[in-house]
Amino acid sequence: MEMWMKIAVAALLGVMVWRLWPAANHWLKHGPRGSSQDWQAALLPILAVVAFVVLLILLVRG
Amino acid sequence: MNTPEQMMARSQTATLATNKLLRNTFTMLSMTLIFSAVMASVSIVMSAGFGLSLVAMLVAFGLLWFALPRTENSAAGIGVVFAFTGLMGFSLGPILSHYLALPNGGQLIATALGGTGVIFMGLSGYAMTTKRDFSFMAGFLFVGLIVVMIAAIANIFLAIPAMSLAISAAVVLLMSGLILFDVSRIVNGGETNYLRATVALYLDIHNLFIHLLHLLAAFSGRE
Repeated sequence: MEMWMKIAVAALLGVMVWRLWPAANHWLKHGPRGSSQDWQAALLPILAVVAFVVLLILLVRG
Repeated sequence: MNTPEQMMARSQTATLATNKLLRNTFTMLSMTLIFSAVMASVSIVMSAGFGLSLVAMLVAFGLLWFALPRTENSAAGIGVVFAFTGLMGFSLGPILSHYLALPNGGQLIATALGGTGVIFMGLSGYAMTTKRDFSFMAGFLFVGLIVVMIAAIANIFLAIPAMSLAISAAVVLLMSGLILFDVSRIVNGGETNYLRATVALYLDIHNLFIHLLHLLAAFSGRE
């Protein structure tokens, strides 16, 4: 990738971070707090995704 | 004072509104995904370079940040969403051409596409059936995204392959969390605009696909 493209992509990502920051700040300060049961309910499908991605990797390696 | 009949009528109205929002969002999402795939094919046939792809992405995010907030409550918003997703699809062209040039590149792309579909269907189905509010994850997910973006900016110049893989793995996890979050916001009334909901889910799927493809290509030993 040429240097101007690297700088343009970095600038685009920088603007994304800048635009995302207020939302992140808002949710951190005013967002609801999850109980351990809530986190378990969220982690279960995420772990299933991890297992599925590992399966896909094994399939393409095979 | 509210009678039980009034409360039930209000609850039924809210359920009908949620179902309508879900139907509109998923219909719009499927149409924009098809349009995006067509535009990606156009980009591949045109042999568009990374420069043109970057310009398409810059215009797409310009539309997302400046045009969509002004049009999201009107019919013009539909055109803006199609333009955004079309440009995002077009920007995928050079990446897909790169993978298609690899041995079994087509198989890798098909696996990543199928995998993205299965993950999206599974997570959105889970969020809809449990009806649990996943907004408690928002702070964690947004901070995670910011950290990943800063790492990605650093890696553009450092170009460390292991860091690139770690970023892709983190993005797959974050997008999975964001699918749960975005669908639960629709189900629980946190999101009431189907155009905003469509764009949020489209971005989750788009990023999930690109980074899953990157992981599969890297671990298959062909990149």
